[in-house]
Amino acid sequence: MTIDPGALVPLAVTLESLTDPDFWVSVGVLAGIYAIVALGLQLNTGFTGIVNFGMAAFMAIGAYTMAILVIKAGFSFWLSLPLAVGTSMLFGVLVGLPSLRLRADYFAIATIAMAEVVRLFAQNARELTGGNQGLFCDLDNPSNCYPDTWNSISESINEFVTNFWSDPPTLLPLLLVIWVTVGLATLALTYLQRAPWGRVLRAIREDEDAAQALGKNTLAFKLQSLAIAAVLGSIAGFFLALDLRTVHPLDFEPLVTFFAFSVLILGGMGSYRGVAVGAVLFWFVLEGTRFIDLPDPPFTETRIASVRLAITGLLLIGLMAFRPQGLFGKRQEMVLGE
Amino acid sequence: MAEPAPSAIGERLKESLRRRPWLGAVAVILAIFLALVAAEGLHNVAQTGINGLSLGAIYALGAVGLTLVYAILKLVNFAHGDFLTFGAYMAYLVNVTWGMPLVVAVFWAMLMTAVLGLLFERLLWGPMRAKHAGFLQLILMSIGLAFLLRAIIQWFWSTEIRVLDVNTTDTVDFLGLRIGQTQLVVVIVGVAVLVAVGLMLRMTLLGKRMRALSDDLDLAETAGIDTRRVINYTWIFAGALAGLAGVLAAAITNLRPELGFELLLPIFAAVILGGIGDAFGALAAGLVIGVMTEWSTLVIDARWKTAVGFLVLVIVLIIRPQGIFGRAKAI
Repeated sequence: MTIDPGALVPLAVTLESLTDPDFWVSVGVLAGIYAIVALGLQLNTGFTGIVNFGMAAFMAIGAYTMAILVIKAGFSFWLSLPLAVGTSMLFGVLVGLPSLRLRADYFAIATIAMAEVVRLFAQNARELTGGNQGLFCDLDNPSNCYPDTWNSISESINEFVTNFWSDPPTLLPLLLVIWVTVGLATLALTYLQRAPWGRVLRAIREDEDAAQALGKNTLAFKLQSLAIAAVLGSIAGFFLALDLRTVHPLDFEPLVTFFAFSVLILGGMGSYRGVAVGAVLFWFVLEGTRFIDLPDPPFTETRIASVRLAITGLLLIGLMAFRPQGLFGKRQEMVLGE
Repeated sequence: MAEPAPSAIGERLKESLRRRPWLGAVAVILAIFLALVAAEGLHNVAQTGINGLSLGAIYALGAVGLTLVYAILKLVNFAHGDFLTFGAYMAYLVNVTWGMPLVVAVFWAMLMTAVLGLLFERLLWGPMRAKHAGFLQLILMSIGLAFLLRAIIQWFWSTEIRVLDVNTTDTVDFLGLRIGQTQLVVVIVGVAVLVAVGLMLRMTLLGKRMRALSDDLDLAETAGIDTRRVINYTWIFAGALAGLAGVLAAAITNLRPELGFELLLPIFAAVILGGIGDAFGALAAGLVIGVMTEWSTLVIDARWKTAVGFLVLVIVLIIRPQGIFGRAKAI
């Protein structure tokens, strides 16, 4: 039996991908998108104590509303954004009203079920959502098409960038816009957390009955927390749609929510600044599996996908077992009890 | 004796509904049944009802293990669906790769899934309980475990759709109904095992102990029950039934790594409809959701049928979160 010497050094190409700008842009874009989702989760789960497993639904509603309004109804890209955010928020409130009264475990199941209903709807309401084909640009009628609008913005940003960098990657403008959003959202949430409003949320997390006894309408506060998460989710949904250039039901599987949970836990519960770090680390590892040239047998494409799934799984198990507060979280900030 | 006034009848009805809430559920199901028979004919209702029973048996077998684990260990086990997938692939290994009969495959799948359940109790859940891990830690850990199991299955068997070596063409004619042979076997095995499980929980000492633990673990411990042993048996029990449910699901559909995760939410719906921790409730609710799902195809496009389980879940959570059999605890 002879052994192919190439098979013995499967990781030899790692360093090459580290100098590849495409790798870093791809890590940066995904990390930024998931940082936005995880900020919503941080507000809900980290600071309000409501375990929201339905972020994928808010992302889907944001992305689909925007794409349907622009592609099917001919709305302008700019008008579609606030409408999509509003739809997502309204949906969050409608879902929250009956389910936020329930215990945390019921709420978690209710939200994941709600997210699956949204995905099922996207998959089956073919006339509206394009079903399993997804929604993409109509090439015969490119005038009302969200990537077109975005492309022109993107080009003008890159034109400006060429003053400093001769050949910027095409996704660089998206990367910049996403991370500016991450920064603004982090600042806004940190400010809110220091405000009296944020203190009420923490009181609810620690002891909802006590907060109620102090005269706080806890349901209203929890609804506001969920609605803000819905806004963040729908914004992340737009960026995902801009990154992928299509809107497809498979992009909003429950797995997406749990990628964001991995980011949240890695960064640490109860720390908004940890979220960005967690997101970059998580996607650095996950995108690494895509950019490292693994030898085909045994690493077929589905096996690489399974490795990504296994990394996510092991990360969740390992962190929960050994460091539930994540990298930057404070143990006392964690809702680990009932 | 004078006739009771109409308001008194209303009062009495309300009172008996309060004491036996499942009567309301039975009445709703009966009303749906009669309406469907009137609109679509008895034949169609019975034909889809058979499909519903096989699906419902799968849900019920999954739900009974999930609900016991939930109640006894306070663990919302999102990996339970992937236990079903694991069972299905274990059966595939024996039945297709090794070419042995399906009966052997079923027992192998049940055995291996039970071992899997026990293994994770030793490696993860036991130590985590000793650390007094909280709800969020456990739930996220179970999700991690679900991904890990799915990744392992995907590594070895890829995402290709596979089928068990079962007879998919022959049908049996029974009372004018045309039932696939495999379908019939699934219904019979499923319902028979459900009855056996119900009897076991009611009659045997182990069943009683499991229910005692699911009511109150500390109290059961104080009463001198060896809780550790009962917990181990609960995992064996939940694992074996999940394995069986996975094989049955694979027999009437096919195998793919997402099989179990797709079944998990309707199974959760059964657990909640039956009242969390109530094993009998889970058995009944699983069957109800399965039958409702198939009946829905009479009135709406079949591609929407997966939504029925979610719809039931949402309605139950809004109207009666403690489930149809549940006592009003703090939810």
